[in-house]
Amino acid sequence: MPYPADYKYTKEHEWIKADGKNATIGITHYAQESLGDIVFVELPKVGSEITSAKTFGSVESVKAVSDLYAPVSGTVTDVNAELATAPEKINKDAHSAWMIKITLKDPNELNALLSAPDYEKFVAEEA
Amino acid sequence: MPAVQATTPVIRKTALYSVHRQMGAKMVEFNGWEMPVEYPSAGGIMAEHNAVRTGVGIFDVSHMGDIRLAGPEALAAVQHISMNDASRLAVSQAQYSALLYPQGTFVDDVIVHRLGEDEYLLVINAGTREKDFSWVRDNTRQFNCKVEDLSDDFTQIAIQGPRAVNLLQKLTGADLSAVKFYWVTRGTVCGLKDVLIARTGYTGEDGFEIYVPGDEETSARVWSDILEAGKEFGVVPCGLGARNTLRLEAKLALYGHEISDTINVWEAGLDRFCRMEKSDFIGRASLEKTKAEGITRTLVGLEMIDRGIARDGYRVLDDAGGGIGYVTSGSPAPFLKKNIALAYVPPNLASLGTELKVEIRGQGVKAMVVPTPFYKKQKKA
Repeated sequence: MPYPADYKYTKEHEWIKADGKNATIGITHYAQESLGDIVFVELPKVGSEITSAKTFGSVESVKAVSDLYAPVSGTVTDVNAELATAPEKINKDAHSAWMIKITLKDPNELNALLSAPDYEKFVAEEA
Repeated sequence: MPAVQATTPVIRKTALYSVHRQMGAKMVEFNGWEMPVEYPSAGGIMAEHNAVRTGVGIFDVSHMGDIRLAGPEALAAVQHISMNDASRLAVSQAQYSALLYPQGTFVDDVIVHRLGEDEYLLVINAGTREKDFSWVRDNTRQFNCKVEDLSDDFTQIAIQGPRAVNLLQKLTGADLSAVKFYWVTRGTVCGLKDVLIARTGYTGEDGFEIYVPGDEETSARVWSDILEAGKEFGVVPCGLGARNTLRLEAKLALYGHEISDTINVWEAGLDRFCRMEKSDFIGRASLEKTKAEGITRTLVGLEMIDRGIARDGYRVLDDAGGGIGYVTSGSPAPFLKKNIALAYVPPNLASLGTELKVEIRGQGVKAMVVPTPFYKKQKKA
């Protein structure tokens, strides 16, 4: 599974795709694969603030609960409501099944995140 | 001073370990064993679970332990250390039972098989193997019977699901239609003579557990023969993940969760497997006392009403938000497509239909006490 080159990644296995002041966030293919069948996603409400490296929600597989960590800080502008009834979409295509959209507090925070090749290297070492 | 030697806990592997790896299983540590939790190639936990409910799945359960008691006083020994009445077993019959501490709490739950006139086999849990064996040995010294730990002799494979009988029948000369649930037979399986075949399991379905020689070569061959023979029934290999969700839907206890050394028989609701009227047994006196005193908590089934999944260890709250109990096992139920849990709560809050809350990440999420088992296998037409 290729990791899109225009996304940035965290070591907690979230991806973020930024476009100017706006960004879209989800979890990576590696994350969905480790979790297995995803059955539940808990996401913040539109208008709430998320803070870099702090949890903003959780994702649950049959076996386990995992926290979602914010790659950067910002304000939630949209939530993928589809995931409430069809969380398995994340298993099918993690890089298109986005979770939240935000406006960035500080676009410079993106510079601290991993590039696609760096993330791929990171998961290869973790596996 | 001699140097303190660092000890690394030894993680044990079954004879099928490399087979699981080759099949791409995700491995986890479970009670000191490295075991497959799911096989992504088979579709993962949900697909494995549903294959067992509707077709057939197979499990490596070689981590389970086996204790053999044989000799003129084997029955007396079994009666002394277990709560069910083993005198009711015919040769080749099995029963669910438990080993109890003097205070009426659990050493372990077991399946007692009567293999011969004076021969019994106790199948015990992986995490309690050493503890169980020394406990059984120490508490049966006064009986004229030999106690052996056969745990490492066998590879134990569970074949579970409504099509399990069709699958296994292809591989054995034994007439499986003559073997009732919780009975055993012996027969040739995959060319191996005199294999113990038990119609038992831990999934809430019909199925079998077979005990074959524990060497890697034989184990791998039997495993692959079963998968090959099961193709026409859509057989899948299953891991501990599905084993757990299957047993939870069927409300089968897991040691360390629904039963433990601090939980007694009445609390766990296992009364029907505890024969107080039989001869004396370890734990009986305490159980008589606790029965008279009454219990302060009881095991109930919960179904989540609001969105949320109760997990092992989560607190159960009353309407006012006060802690009243805890979840012993909780999970999405892949076949029932509900979020279910088993929990200990006070008896006055245990009636069917009672609304309670489960604390999930700081929030009280609504749940209801429902009848158990959550899932009952379909009666044969």
